[in-house]
Amino acid sequence: MSDLRKTPLHELHIALGARMVPFAGYEMPVQYPMGVMAEHVHTRTKAGLFDVSHMGQVRVTGADYATAAAALETLIPVDILGLQENRQRYGLLTNETGGIRDDLMLANRGDHVFVVVNAACKADDIAYMTASLSDVTVTEVTDRALLALQGPAAQDVLAAMDAKAAEMRFMDVATLTLGGAECWVSRSGYTGEDGYEISVPAVQAEDLAKALLAHEDVAPIGLGARDSLRLEAGLCLYGHDIDTETTPVEGALNWAIQKVRRKGGARAGGFPGAGVILDQMENGSDRKRVGLRPEGRAPMREGVVLFANEADDTPIGQITSGGFGPTIGGPVAMGYVPVAQAAIGTTVFGELRGKRLPLTVAAMPFTPANFKR
Amino acid sequence: MKYTEEHEWLRTEGDLVVVGITEHATTQLGDIVFVELPAVGDTVSKDDEIVVIESVKAASDIMAPLDGEIMEVNTDLADNPGLANEDATGAGWFFKIRPSDPSQMDDYMDEAAYNAMIS
Repeated sequence: MSDLRKTPLHELHIALGARMVPFAGYEMPVQYPMGVMAEHVHTRTKAGLFDVSHMGQVRVTGADYATAAAALETLIPVDILGLQENRQRYGLLTNETGGIRDDLMLANRGDHVFVVVNAACKADDIAYMTASLSDVTVTEVTDRALLALQGPAAQDVLAAMDAKAAEMRFMDVATLTLGGAECWVSRSGYTGEDGYEISVPAVQAEDLAKALLAHEDVAPIGLGARDSLRLEAGLCLYGHDIDTETTPVEGALNWAIQKVRRKGGARAGGFPGAGVILDQMENGSDRKRVGLRPEGRAPMREGVVLFANEADDTPIGQITSGGFGPTIGGPVAMGYVPVAQAAIGTTVFGELRGKRLPLTVAAMPFTPANFKR
Repeated sequence: MKYTEEHEWLRTEGDLVVVGITEHATTQLGDIVFVELPAVGDTVSKDDEIVVIESVKAASDIMAPLDGEIMEVNTDLADNPGLANEDATGAGWFFKIRPSDPSQMDDYMDEAAYNAMIS
């Protein structure tokens, strides 16, 4: 793993007994001695600490916030100009055919837009934004780690270090002082639980992580549980559930495109693929991402081919993410099916080891979201 | 107890052989969430893939270590696959086989040899 980059918490992961794996060019903890299942349950019942420093932290700066926001709106079909100061929102970089280059989080930080992008996409995203946008500067923040503290105990843990943490609502952003470190904190995450993402100066990251882990309710959580948590929460993994070949409408992400950017809106269109995407928003797409519950106990994972009927020859789609949901206590999956099979309660069949096994189209999230609205 | 290179353990019980996977294997696999066992009465050949194990990470196949007939399977694993993690060599057993050629047991490692292999 010598070519892999290490996060500022690398030594701590080793000391905590993590099993390290290559992920998006980084050496990352996939699990700790607690194990994936227990880490998942711990996050849903107490609080989990995740190292997500591999993700890209980017500042987009212009003459003022509106300049930076307006520039980004030419690449992202989201209301960025209307985002209130110290509020955060989900966004997508689209391509000319309406596909998705990356998904990301955008925050209004007063004089700039703070963007968090996927690790595997960050170099491309930064090059693309830099090349596409004039009047703004796109700067990767390379001297900060990113931690996520997720779970029902997260508020009490963080508020004990800075009381302002308790005042934040879901998708609020604030600068907090945590153990002497100036941290950029959002009340959001990737687990379906209440929690925070914390951008901390790299040199102070290990001390902050240790301080958080010193709380009896906090345990370190690896990428394995991060994946099962986000899957139960119905959240997309870029490159799997959405990619350059899926549109936001196919990906069931219509909610991410606010009215002001849709047909008839004050700033309708004006982003790559707007023709395709806005047409699909009005008229629907041929296929759609849906939640799927395999009826038996056998997990059905990414790549499992789906059929409308048990004996059909022609597939209708495939699973893009799937596995065992520890909180559900059974297998869960998501995948793409034609709209004719997309209604909740529809039975489809997945081919697993030569057998056709039934799955039911199910509402997502599979587990209720516990956000602090 | 005998061991295969595929991390199965084999324990003779009268004229049957009880088969499961080792604690080393279950630790490597992680939390086991699904086990698909052969049917009682199946006649199997050595190296047939007869068990599927799904852990939180991935699916793996377990091969028949001996020629013979499946006489009993551990139905408790259907509802509680985690038994294989909790008690790999006890309550987490997979199946009992009546070997058609008990001398095939001689091909396998004893505990010292297995421990040397995994160390």
